[in-house]
Amino acid sequence: MEYAYYPGCSLEATGRPYDVSLRLVFQRLGIGLKEIDDWNCCGATSYISMNKLTAYSLAARNLAYAERMGLDVCAPCSSCFTILSKVNRHMRWGDTSKANINEVLAAAGLSYSAQLEVLHPLNVLVDFYGIERIQERVVRKLEGFRVAPYYGCQIVRPQGRFDDREDPQQLDNLFAALGAEVVPFPLKVRCCGGMLMTSYEEVALRLNRDILGAARSAGADVIVTTCPLCQVNLEAFQDRINSTFGERFRVPVVYFTQLLGLALGLSPAELMLDAMIVPLPDCSPRPVEVHA
Amino acid sequence: MSKPAAVALPSKEAELRAAFWDQAATFPKGFKIRDCIQCGTCTGSCPVAHAMDVTPRELVALFRAGFLEEVLRSRALWMCASCYACTVRCPQGIRITDSVYALKRVASRMGIFPRTFPAHALSEAFVGNIHSFGRNWELWFGLRYYLATRPQRLVSATIQKFAVRMLRRRRLGLAPARVRGMKEVRAIIAKAQSIGGL
Repeated sequence: MEYAYYPGCSLEATGRPYDVSLRLVFQRLGIGLKEIDDWNCCGATSYISMNKLTAYSLAARNLAYAERMGLDVCAPCSSCFTILSKVNRHMRWGDTSKANINEVLAAAGLSYSAQLEVLHPLNVLVDFYGIERIQERVVRKLEGFRVAPYYGCQIVRPQGRFDDREDPQQLDNLFAALGAEVVPFPLKVRCCGGMLMTSYEEVALRLNRDILGAARSAGADVIVTTCPLCQVNLEAFQDRINSTFGERFRVPVVYFTQLLGLALGLSPAELMLDAMIVPLPDCSPRPVEVHA
Repeated sequence: MSKPAAVALPSKEAELRAAFWDQAATFPKGFKIRDCIQCGTCTGSCPVAHAMDVTPRELVALFRAGFLEEVLRSRALWMCASCYACTVRCPQGIRITDSVYALKRVASRMGIFPRTFPAHALSEAFVGNIHSFGRNWELWFGLRYYLATRPQRLVSATIQKFAVRMLRRRRLGLAPARVRGMKEVRAIIAKAQSIGGL
């Protein structure tokens, strides 16, 4: 098994723990991950709001490079996953849509046949690698962790290609198999607001308050996420939520690959669990020294 | 009963509608917005409808009643977080999120935005970053957005605390993330813009 890896911009900065833990988990399981050389931004929800042909053509540049590698694409960020999947579908929708984008790509000496699959790592791990095979590699059962599985929006919608759009089960099944107690989590696919935390903070704070509150009501002591935007919104703005709404949340929010990595015997430091703001129990943070 | 007489639209409205239908032709079944039964499932499913000046159901009603300019001036378009909850639940199969993107593109092209809040500035800052670097260098994106909208936010406790925390945890990209093949990126942008349309 080998995939063309599209990390996306967030995974180079705020989402680094996702990038680091994903690479290690795949390495440990023997799944190949080759980064697409010199990839560019997928455009997220912003470029498609301004100019669709430019947005899709820029995203397609990455797919063109993946095609040269002869590998299907693995995209961990929910927004990147959705945009790259949308471009793929768009190019398969009709001859004109494919021809238009290829006409633009030709200006950069590129072309794309729209034959690749775009996959999310959760999809790769659960459907292609298999939970049973993952279980065979487990060295530390996740007993004692009460996990709220948070999928967010864009890996289950709009298509729902690899899991249910209203009540997905893949994180639930994965973490139950790893020995964790997975709590029933009604807001598992509720939106965190994404970039609204920047543009309409008061709205986004409320959305995240609701999600954290649902996790608390369900008795969770950690939220696992699949998306860098969800992770930052839920974790980095927790104290702002507390001061705004008079709450006292202190819930760790980690990438699903970090918790999976612990089960596979990787250390908290390797998995960048020490880079989280709210520490997981037994995984105290050890931030690096900052020199002025 | 006789058929109601067609009402002539003001020329601006007709122009905006034509621009919208052009955009709606760029995704499958974009015309289905005509089939809306005003059931409100979209509004009921929308996590941010409570904060919108015009709810998703009302957007469609206004559009059909010939008030597209009001739709384009709404904050609601720029408040959509692209979560697709409305799209997957619409009983008529209307691709509401894609329709909102189409409306935003019309708004951008025609320069019609909500008067009181520069919400589109976020998209512009993001796109500007891609034009400069090929990637979204998060730090520069934040600076760009706040300088264009609310510079005083940059010295607020929330933003500073966020930056310091991320820096201490090796999660703030200080060096610009930049594509080596910017020549290709620029060629793609130039070509797509020369074709225009979509």
